[in-house]
Amino acid sequence: MRVELKVTPDKYLPHRYAGASGDFNPIHIDPEFAKQVGLPGNILHGLYTMAQVARANVNAAGGDPRALRRLAVQFRGMGLPEQEITVTGAVREERDGRVVVDTEAEQGGKRIIRNAEAELTLETR
Amino acid sequence: MPVRDDAKGKTYPPFEYEVGKEKIREYAQAVGEDNPIYFDRERATEAGFRDVPAPPMFAVVYSAGSVAPAVLDPEVGINVAMMVHGSQEFVWGDVVCAGDTITTETSVKDISERGGMGFYVFESVSRNQDGREVVRGTWTNIVRGTS
Repeated sequence: MRVELKVTPDKYLPHRYAGASGDFNPIHIDPEFAKQVGLPGNILHGLYTMAQVARANVNAAGGDPRALRRLAVQFRGMGLPEQEITVTGAVREERDGRVVVDTEAEQGGKRIIRNAEAELTLETR
Repeated sequence: MPVRDDAKGKTYPPFEYEVGKEKIREYAQAVGEDNPIYFDRERATEAGFRDVPAPPMFAVVYSAGSVAPAVLDPEVGINVAMMVHGSQEFVWGDVVCAGDTITTETSVKDISERGGMGFYVFESVSRNQDGREVVRGTWTNIVRGTS
C-alpha cells in the first residue's frame, strides 16, 4: 500500500471550506486581514489539509471511510491556496489486518503537516 | 504572564448535531472527495451503509459546536489572536451517516506551559443516537507569548 495524493486548492477553496466547516476565521478568507496580522495572505484551514491526509490514506486503503481508525497530525507553518499540496505515506507496521502509516503533507518544499500517523484496517467491518 | 490552569478538567454541556445528506455533500465537495458513496444514497447502501456516510474528517463539522465554546471560554483564558492549532488527533468508532444525531461533549484535558507558550488540550467525545462512540478528538492549541 502506497499513499500519494496531489491537490491544488483554488483561490476560493478556503471560502468553500469555511462554509462547509463553519470556521470563518478571517485569516482564512480575508487576504487583507491576514496581511495585517503578518501572514502572506489568507491561509488554508489546517483541518482542510488534514482532510487531504485522511482522504489520501482512505483512498490508498481502498476508499472505504470505515478503514480509517485513527489519524494524528502536527500542523507546521501554513498552507496557501493556489499551490500544489502533496500527501505521501508509507506503511511502518502491519499487524492483524491493521496498518500504521507514517504520512505527511508538503507544499512548496515545506512540510505543512508532519509526524502524522494513520491507522487503517485493510478489511472493512 | 504565566498560563492559568484552573480550568483543567472543566467539562461543557453536550452539543447535539443532526447529520444531513446535503451537508455531507457540501463538505465532501469542499475537501475534494469524489467517491460516489458520499453523494449518492443508492451507491452508499450498495456499499453497505445505512445512508450516505460522512467522510471521517466530517467529525470537525459535528463536534465544532461543542469544542468552540470550550476554546473561547474566558475561564480557559486563551488569547485567540495568538493561538495556532498545534496538533490534532481523531480516533474513530462507528461510521456516521446522514440521519444520525451526534452528541458531543468536550472537556479541558490539560493546560501547561513550555518555552513561553501555553498548550491547551481539549478532548471531545462524540456518540450517535444509539450511544455508540463515533469519534474521540484531541485538539491541541498553542498560544504564543504567555510569558
